[in-house]
Amino acid sequence: MTCLPGATQKKLGLAIDLDTCVGCHACVTACKGWNDQGYGAPLSDQDAYGAEPSGTFLNRVHSYQVQPDQGAAQVINFPRSCLHCEDAPCVTVCPTGASYKRVEDGIVLVNEDACIGCGLCAWACPYGAREMDQDAGVMKKCTLCVDRIYNENLPEEDREPACVRTCPTGARHFGDFNDPDSKVSQLAAARGGFDLMPDMGTRPTNKYLPPRPKDKRAEASLLAPLLDIQATGFAGWLDRVLGRI
Amino acid sequence: MHPAPSVIIFSVLSGLGFGFMAYLALGFLSLTGLWAFGGWAIGYGLAVVGLLAATAHLGNPQRALLAFSQWRSSWLSREGWVAVLALLALAPIALGDWLGFGVPYVWRGLAAALALITVFCTAMIYCQIKAVPRWHHWLTPVVFMGFALAGGALLAMQATLAFVLLLGLAVVMLALFHLGDRQFARAGASMESATGLGGIGKVSVFEQPHTGGNYLLREMIFVVGRKHAMKLRLIAVLFAAVLPALMAAVGGVALMLAAVLVHLVGAFAARWLFFAEAEHVVGLYYGKR
Repeated sequence: MTCLPGATQKKLGLAIDLDTCVGCHACVTACKGWNDQGYGAPLSDQDAYGAEPSGTFLNRVHSYQVQPDQGAAQVINFPRSCLHCEDAPCVTVCPTGASYKRVEDGIVLVNEDACIGCGLCAWACPYGAREMDQDAGVMKKCTLCVDRIYNENLPEEDREPACVRTCPTGARHFGDFNDPDSKVSQLAAARGGFDLMPDMGTRPTNKYLPPRPKDKRAEASLLAPLLDIQATGFAGWLDRVLGRI
Repeated sequence: MHPAPSVIIFSVLSGLGFGFMAYLALGFLSLTGLWAFGGWAIGYGLAVVGLLAATAHLGNPQRALLAFSQWRSSWLSREGWVAVLALLALAPIALGDWLGFGVPYVWRGLAAALALITVFCTAMIYCQIKAVPRWHHWLTPVVFMGFALAGGALLAMQATLAFVLLLGLAVVMLALFHLGDRQFARAGASMESATGLGGIGKVSVFEQPHTGGNYLLREMIFVVGRKHAMKLRLIAVLFAAVLPALMAAVGGVALMLAAVLVHLVGAFAARWLFFAEAEHVVGLYYGKR
């Protein structure tokens, strides 16, 4: 049923650290690699080696330039994937019941056997988290690697989403936001984790950790004392002569 | 939003068909015998061709029957139900008009109501979507209903009623163009709120996440054709409402039928614009609208 559960037992999700993300796209590749096999229709590519390659991805990394009122601009890398919202608009619009939010852990999933590929859920999502697979004609979205996190055939350290497991800078954290003692809850509380587009009323589970403020030094440059060099001796004489010509 | 031909054909034709059949059900056009058969065939034809066109939009149309299951939450599912119920409820009236037996007025009223509720449900599929601020306005269902009622009145040869309704349609179309232009700003979504980085400063795209196209860019970030939006708005209002209203004012069966065709040209232009002009908030992540 595509009505949303009132509350979920767990609220599994990601805390994404915009301070440490270096924009390497390893999470994009790891996600694509894992979701090419196993759960559901594989993420397909069209014209992969041709002139206009295009494909289905569940995770994309944007790069933004942010210009403060004063000082230099900052580049901030920004991974974007499903936020597993509590008020997920993608779920309620689904006419077939293919889209659903799990009561036990809050993961938003698509039952591909029931998906007619109408695309309405992708329209309803403000975050662009859903992409229609052009080969299978069904909607694909982040599963929070539901086939890894509970998979007892995997070593315990691998039982987290592929994007989290692969991130070389530790910018992605996975856990239960319903548990105030979990790593993700602690991180979100300590670092001021925020929601994307709160005006859309979706109540996302995933939290983004803001970039830490940059250090500000009193002097504009460490080299400043060295910039006003008074030449002496032969160089000073040359400087004066050349200045007069 | 990508203006998919299947969805445009569906909403224009089925809207006109259901609007027309509402008038037929209420006995505005008292047809009998083969004329009744012809009239109802046009109504059913428009509605059914439209609904079939909509299935061309699906990635897996063979499972379309599942779309009847989620009427509790989904406007698309509700639309499916009401469309089928309307087509079933209208059938005895159509047969009665053709074969000459009476159908109680209560039943006729109910069937006409179901036909119009179908159009309302179609409009609500778009109106409910917060992520497309231009659509998320109460005037969206008003405009859809306006098209069904005004177009239906034209087809039902109700010259005076059509004249009034078409002028009303022109007003609501202009109102939605005017208010729609302000909806995106009103929704409060910006690159700063989308990324949550507004506290640091002004956000702009440094590098896109991918150099090729993708589903989001094709489906939700459709920017082609907005260049001529103003001209198309003029064409839409003139052809869908103003010209047919003038033709209805003159009257006569031939002119009324011609007015229906003029109205359809305008309706297609208006519906194309309805999609092409609609901006999805996901475009903010790409620095596009």
